[in-house]
Amino acid sequence: MTNYLFIECRDPFESKDTQFVAETATALKQRDNEVTVFLVQNGVLAARRNARGSHLSQLAKAGVRLLADDFSLRERGIQAAELLPGIQQSNIDALTDILVRENTKAIWH
Amino acid sequence: MSNKTLTLALMDPPYESANSTTALRIISAALKKGINVNVFAYEGAVNLPFKDQAPHANPVKGTTVEEEDHPTTKSFVASLLEIGKSSPLLTWVNCGLCVDERGAGNSVEGVKRGGPADFLKMAQDSTNTLVIPTK
Repeated sequence: MTNYLFIECRDPFESKDTQFVAETATALKQRDNEVTVFLVQNGVLAARRNARGSHLSQLAKAGVRLLADDFSLRERGIQAAELLPGIQQSNIDALTDILVRENTKAIWH
Repeated sequence: MSNKTLTLALMDPPYESANSTTALRIISAALKKGINVNVFAYEGAVNLPFKDQAPHANPVKGTTVEEEDHPTTKSFVASLLEIGKSSPLLTWVNCGLCVDERGAGNSVEGVKRGGPADFLKMAQDSTNTLVIPTK
């Protein structure tokens, strides 16, 4: 089993290619890999409960771990209580820990 | 002290993208955890440690240079190189051809000159590698 880490910095309402991460992360999870999507920068905009058509619910249902950078959330005025179910507030320390975990492939998008 | 090493490839020039801020945050967090960090700065990213960067006043707000306290990427990189001068070690390599194209040779102390072969060696010797491309 491989650990996959997607770091998603793109706003899905600006870049439709965020669907690439949704589809690839889901497919990898279905093949019994450990998959994490870490939302950072404008990527956290999709994490809002009121964000219509967010691709993140699909990922949460597939069992992908969803983390949102606290600094990026704060910059954009998004509170933890506003996050979609299944998304955990996280931070850059946690991201660094995941990056140096053995057998982890990291993809920035 | 960790025996782990993280390599990052950066491509964005300073003051253009939040990618640079996130990259600097990752480097800082890794060094604080005792993780060695390699940076290969390519294309516009070779300007991140460019020494001639100068903070400026904000005429819109009417603030002075001192009041504005404008952060420069060269100061961030210099601080990170100070933290990572031995153990943990931060190795920052600027792509030489990219530097020459941009006239960006005057970097803060500690920045090395290299090429893609250095990046390959860094990646081979690291626990993991993260490439942060421009869009």
